[in-house]
Amino acid sequence: MDGLTQSHTGRSGFPPAYLDRVGSSFTDFLAQAAPDLLPSRRPVPSVQAGDLTPHGTTIVSVTYAGGVLMGGDRRATMGNLISSRDIEKVYPADSWSVIGIAGAAGIAIEMVRLYQVELEHYEKIEGLTLSLDGKANRLAQMIRGNLGAALQGLAVVPLFAGFDLDAAEGATPGRIFSYDVTGGNYEERGYAAVGSGSLFAKNSLKKTWRSGLDAGAATRTVVEALYDAADDDSATGGPDPVRRLYPIVYRVDAEGAVRLTDPEVAEVADTIISERAEAERRDVGEA
Amino acid sequence: MTMPYYASAEQVMRDRSEYARKGISRGRSVAVLTYADGVLFIAENPSSTLHKVGEIYDRIGFAAVGRYSEFESLRVAGVRLADVRGYSYNRRDVTGRVIANAYAQTLGAIFTEQMKPYEVELCVAEVGETSEQDQLYRLTFDGSVVDEPDFVVMGGQADAVTGQLRENFRAGLSLSDALMVGVRALSASSPALSGNGDRGLLPAGQLEVAVLDRSRPKRAFRRVVGAALGTLLGDRSAGEQAPEGATHAHTPSVPQPGTPAGLGDPAAPDTAGGTAGSGEGSGPQTGPADGVGGGTDGGS
Repeated sequence: MDGLTQSHTGRSGFPPAYLDRVGSSFTDFLAQAAPDLLPSRRPVPSVQAGDLTPHGTTIVSVTYAGGVLMGGDRRATMGNLISSRDIEKVYPADSWSVIGIAGAAGIAIEMVRLYQVELEHYEKIEGLTLSLDGKANRLAQMIRGNLGAALQGLAVVPLFAGFDLDAAEGATPGRIFSYDVTGGNYEERGYAAVGSGSLFAKNSLKKTWRSGLDAGAATRTVVEALYDAADDDSATGGPDPVRRLYPIVYRVDAEGAVRLTDPEVAEVADTIISERAEAERRDVGEA
Repeated sequence: MTMPYYASAEQVMRDRSEYARKGISRGRSVAVLTYADGVLFIAENPSSTLHKVGEIYDRIGFAAVGRYSEFESLRVAGVRLADVRGYSYNRRDVTGRVIANAYAQTLGAIFTEQMKPYEVELCVAEVGETSEQDQLYRLTFDGSVVDEPDFVVMGGQADAVTGQLRENFRAGLSLSDALMVGVRALSASSPALSGNGDRGLLPAGQLEVAVLDRSRPKRAFRRVVGAALGTLLGDRSAGEQAPEGATHAHTPSVPQPGTPAGLGDPAAPDTAGGTAGSGEGSGPQTGPADGVGGGTDGGS
């Protein structure tokens, strides 16, 4: 192929970097063509900046017989204030995977956007979808690029889950990956949680989750874990029947990633609330 | 590099377009048609991995003929432009016009500034909310853009296929009807089928088919392959020889010598929007100019 010469730089067509046939990564391409658009290329102030942006909190993910579920509460906090009651912290990454984010919301949402384009870009250039492990690794590299900001209080810690189209026969197709701020990437068995309420959510899942649950029962473990996290963690929001705000839950199965509708999640949450209220009344009655 | 002899600009341009057109005319044809629910791409392409049709963005598709390495790098550039734009503004701000303009500028610059022009012809298609908003842009090797209303045909047998489509195409066809019309038009002049007397239809294995489906929520582009393509083709292809008679038995293996209006013709320098005869190869200049040394060296 005849390389484009510098004579084209002055024209308003594609700049030369666009016609270079190197790589199928959108992030790598941006690093060449428009580095200022990359979150990891920006200078980070050398002061604590953690109070500048709202923080998102608890994300949980569980596998079930047909795939994987991920749910997140709706609260974002700035210091002791609730900055948002209806923030969305779980997003589809592509047709077969979802990503949930805990940490500095501004950077996290930008990172999710970049990650979504990254996966779609690869798909369009190569005509193939990345393997699930490839997607998980790619995300680890983006987190690693944010280490400087993380040390100034702007950490972003995602949770990644997807349906593995190449899963071996008999293996569970739903897989979950968790991360640390240095870009460490760990595959989780069964269930995982990140964010300030993750301790309580994991404790809840420890009791409610079993392998081989069906989608309905697994959805309940997700919503219940978020309820328990909200019970004990001030930065995690519980279901809000007054404003009709319920956790966001995504299901990824052989059909792809779908967001459960609000009425579906509301029904599960209302069941949990009424069962707990009933148990509480019984306790009081017996006393 | 210095030119050893003087050659007039007109001569150089004509030689280059001659060269590009020869390269393009060697390739198999691609047809892009609008249908009721979107845009249909049909390429005669025996390879299932080296695509001539691709996705650029949510509502935008791409089709090309000519030299693979060249249009592939242009396709990648288009995807990059669309993704950068969608990332830095919003997904809605990526339009077919933007992509088509960038291609036109780039192809125009390569045509005038480089010894060897790109031997490609492109179509950028965008599916809109309604069929009136569907857009088809045809881009030629010299950077001209034409906004075509119903269909675009590119490649070696473009004129013959266009003639076929003129007769059989109607606006608002269903997907299977549009596919049938397109495949029949491509088959009628395909060199792959020219050996035998009765011209059948191109088999599914020789076709690359994709659609921009208006009803799909986000990414409208979808390849039609395997069983789905067989079903769309299969129920009709039996006993489908009737319309092909002697009318369009055109087997052009030599390039059309004509020059599109605007190319090397100072009287019509601007082809944006198209002219009555464009696409028909009916420009004023005919016949290759006798070789003038140093005009093109074809260095690729």
